Amino acid sequence: MDPTVAITDPLPWYIAGPLLGLFVPVLLLLTGKEPGVSSSFRHVCAVLPGAKAIDYFNYKVLKDGLWQILFVLGILLGGTLVQFGLGGAGVPLLLAGNLTGLGLLGLFAGGIAVGFGTRWADGCTSGHTISGISNLSLSSVIASVCFIVGGSAASLVDRLVFGGLVP
Amino acid sequence: MSDTKTVSTVWWKLPLWLILGIGFGAVLTKAQVISVIRVRRMFAFQEPHMFLVIGAAVVTGVLSMLILRALRKSKTDLSGQPMEFKKRPFQTGIVAGGLLFGVGWYFTAACPGPIYALIGTGTWTAFAILAGALVGAFLYGWLKPKLPH
Repeated sequence: MDPTVAITDPLPWYIAGPLLGLFVPVLLLLTGKEPGVSSSFRHVCAVLPGAKAIDYFNYKVLKDGLWQILFVLGILLGGTLVQFGLGGAGVPLLLAGNLTGLGLLGLFAGGIAVGFGTRWADGCTSGHTISGISNLSLSSVIASVCFIVGGSAASLVDRLVFGGLVP
Repeated sequence: MSDTKTVSTVWWKLPLWLILGIGFGAVLTKAQVISVIRVRRMFAFQEPHMFLVIGAAVVTGVLSMLILRALRKSKTDLSGQPMEFKKRPFQTGIVAGGLLFGVGWYFTAACPGPIYALIGTGTWTAFAILAGALVGAFLYGWLKPKLPH
């Protein structure tokens, strides 16, 4: 999406938040699974040739991970549905700086931190913050606090040391 | 994947996962949770939107799960198969990995769900984030025996 698109109001938090939270009981009741996204990275790695030599990737992906592959494919299509059928997100989804070679390299490097970090923590904003806390996991509360601490520390360093601006 | 016992699935769950994913992705996108603007303003504590979305999701999740557990003692889904509750033991990675993910979330402005939703909107730069995330997950799997847990 164009970085120059105008900023409009989002779907309000008091609608979006409860809808997202309801995915926990709905997914569990209908399909027996807790919503989670970051394990999908593991499933993709696990289907690479030779990956089975690494213990972490040695499991039956179709049996354990098919549901999640379908779920994240759905998330992707949800983005498509909004973008091309429901009036779009109504806000820039990237910055002009992301489109440079250096910007893309930064996104790639940040992506490594996302992939490594969520696998080490064994969950992300959906797996820990939404599903984990909904099922009263103390680890998930701690993980969620760490997500926010890590991100706000990065923001502080970016703004104070590198002169980064908040868009 | 030894956390939970997996039994072979019921066919109608397959389209359901796709449909539920579409709903989840559509809400993420429409709520602008996938936007760099909202994420950067959250981490600078300049705008409450993201915190309110996440907070309302958590409160709703906790309350609705309490109700579900009270109403459905069997802990099975509608097909009669067990609800698979993941074990989430505390370990070093909760903190170290959590902090690292937070830094990555700031720089990419995308947590894992939004990476997929962004690709779906045609924001092609998200492929760079996904590529990084896959490399990161692979590196984790490779280094896992050497990392504290």
